[in-house]
Amino acid sequence: MIFSRYLFFILSFVAIYAALKVLISKKPMHSVLYLTLAFFAIAGHYILLNAQFLAVVHIIVYAGAIMVLFIYTVMLLNLNIQGEFPKSKLAKIASAIAGGLLLMTLIAVFRTYDLKMATDPSLNQIGLVKNLGKVLFEEYYLPFELSSVLFLAAMVGAVMLGKKDIY
Amino acid sequence: MTTINQNTGSLSGRSRVVSNKEMTFAERIYLPAIVKGFGITIGHFFKKSATIQYPEVKRPIAEIYRGKHVLKRDDEGRERCTACGLCALSCPAEAITMIAAERKEEEMHLYREEKYATVYEINMLRCIFCGLCEEACPKEAIFLTNEIVPSDLHRSDFIYGKDRLVEPLGKRVDVTHRQTAKVLAFKKDKNQSHNS
Amino acid sequence: MDGNYILYKLILASVILLISLLVAMYSTLIERKVAGYFQDRLGPNRAGIGGIFQPLADGLKLFFKEEFMPGSADKFLYILGPSLTMMIALLTSAVIPWGNTLLINGTEYSLQVADINVGVLYVFAILSIGVYGIMIGGWASNNKYALIGAVRAASQMISYELAMSMSIIAIVMMSGTLSLKDIVDQQHGMNWNIWYQPFGFLIFIICAFAECNRSPFDLPECETELIGGYHTEYSSMKLGFYLFAEYINMFISSAMIATLFFGGYNFPFMDDLNLSHNALTILGSLVFFAKIMFFVFFFMWVRWTLPRFRYDQLMRLGWKTLLPLAIVNILVTGFVIMIKNHL
Repeated sequence: MIFSRYLFFILSFVAIYAALKVLISKKPMHSVLYLTLAFFAIAGHYILLNAQFLAVVHIIVYAGAIMVLFIYTVMLLNLNIQGEFPKSKLAKIASAIAGGLLLMTLIAVFRTYDLKMATDPSLNQIGLVKNLGKVLFEEYYLPFELSSVLFLAAMVGAVMLGKKDIY
Repeated sequence: MTTINQNTGSLSGRSRVVSNKEMTFAERIYLPAIVKGFGITIGHFFKKSATIQYPEVKRPIAEIYRGKHVLKRDDEGRERCTACGLCALSCPAEAITMIAAERKEEEMHLYREEKYATVYEINMLRCIFCGLCEEACPKEAIFLTNEIVPSDLHRSDFIYGKDRLVEPLGKRVDVTHRQTAKVLAFKKDKNQSHNS
Repeated sequence: MDGNYILYKLILASVILLISLLVAMYSTLIERKVAGYFQDRLGPNRAGIGGIFQPLADGLKLFFKEEFMPGSADKFLYILGPSLTMMIALLTSAVIPWGNTLLINGTEYSLQVADINVGVLYVFAILSIGVYGIMIGGWASNNKYALIGAVRAASQMISYELAMSMSIIAIVMMSGTLSLKDIVDQQHGMNWNIWYQPFGFLIFIICAFAECNRSPFDLPECETELIGGYHTEYSSMKLGFYLFAEYINMFISSAMIATLFFGGYNFPFMDDLNLSHNALTILGSLVFFAKIMFFVFFFMWVRWTLPRFRYDQLMRLGWKTLLPLAIVNILVTGFVIMIKNHL
């Protein structure tokens, strides 16, 4: 298990480094690609936690679909505009509040979480497809189905935004 | 006489009237058409290929094929051309030019006639290999051979001078197949003032 | 996890890698030969007997060509693009079961590098990140044709990924497992999935063409409009990597088709031959290889038969035809399974 401990540190380093690079990078394309790298590192963490299904789905959904759309958007940006995009004061205040709220949530989570609770990941079988499916479709059936309604709403919203002549 | 198709007004009889009719379901899913296409291509897959592997295998050419020109010598190895310019005159593509000169006493063994061509050039890019030069020549000096003019990299390299046109002494070019019975009979006609 | 086991897996992985590369290399020759025969020509036949050394000559040529990089290109990403494409193309071969087990000295050795229990999903994960190499390369070239090629590739791959996954879900529902090895083992003998899922197969193979950027869906690199598409600015071995990855993708896709729908290493009457376990495994692997080669040929057959789609036709086919068809296929499959369970 020494091997997986080393893997953990390597993956953590990659994840944190990539996450920092997302913020530091000057070019938007590099930021997006570092974000993808961070996702891959996190997928590696999932595998270490014996949650292969989550790892693969994480890659399919985040790296395979969402980040591709991000790159898509970035590719179509006009890169001739150099320098920083001007930000209004309102946007700055809003982002400060949003970031602060996220920080508070994280602190609240970690304050109540007992770090000594960690168990041996290889004994934890919840991340495997069969177990996850049973949990998802028996215990959490309603929330799971409700989330699909959420996606439907998002899709309808996207279509509404996309079609200009429908009000 | 060609008959014009009364329905389509077509000369070849192969034209079809365009129809914009609704496609049937079988046509709309395209799959039958695609399968048919596969059938056609796989048929070609097993067909004998039309390739001729050129340097090893050559396409048979006609007996009287008209290729690269040759300036013939006579039996004693003297150039026959007298630079009369009839070939240049007859050339429809204006591919031939020449400069004439008078034969010196010591050049008797080189040139048959008193007048000869110091420069004789054919532009192979202009030449259409019609063979009119050959027909016009009163001295039986120029002939078209069955050799093919090779490709080259520069336009200037296609202007063939005497170095590439005159037949080499050691390697005489046989042009008897160009002299068909009809041609020979024509050449024998003294009224045409040929002097062999 | 003893040393022997790791050594065996290493050797197996290298052998499979080597075979993939070799097949991809010779696919280039086969492609040109097949194209020749389809067009009543002979194809390349000068380098060696029947052109057997042509891939080597092509490779050498690519190596000795000038390494060109546009001045305004993003240097790092420009190099990352082809390498990523190549790497991702080779990744899938890890989970494909190339054969049954070999019994050596009483120990069973599987001819599959990794039998992970989410094999099918792994393949999709690799497929979905396959677009990165093309997008990065196309963007980093800083060329409008390359960019348009990359954008086309991305939207095409995302669109067809959906229908492809949907067509596989029906298979997964039937077999009740995500492990490729289990899916193959369930198709013992002639009990292939193609008999139960003809529509799934049709959707899958069309999507496989689109995912490989092969004709008739080769819009990302369509010469008539985009010069070379995403690899317009590439030269030398970097271009070679892109072209090579296409053939590896073709090989892997064919392997996936054979695995999911045509029984992988299973073949009819395999139980009646009275062969030993090892002989049966090797024969099975050869049969699997023959199936793959047939589909590689089919890829080429399609390329030299069908014309290229227009972009709106491509999108309409993907979203309005294949995706609904795949969903209907899932529904019908689910319905049939339900009825069967209640009988």
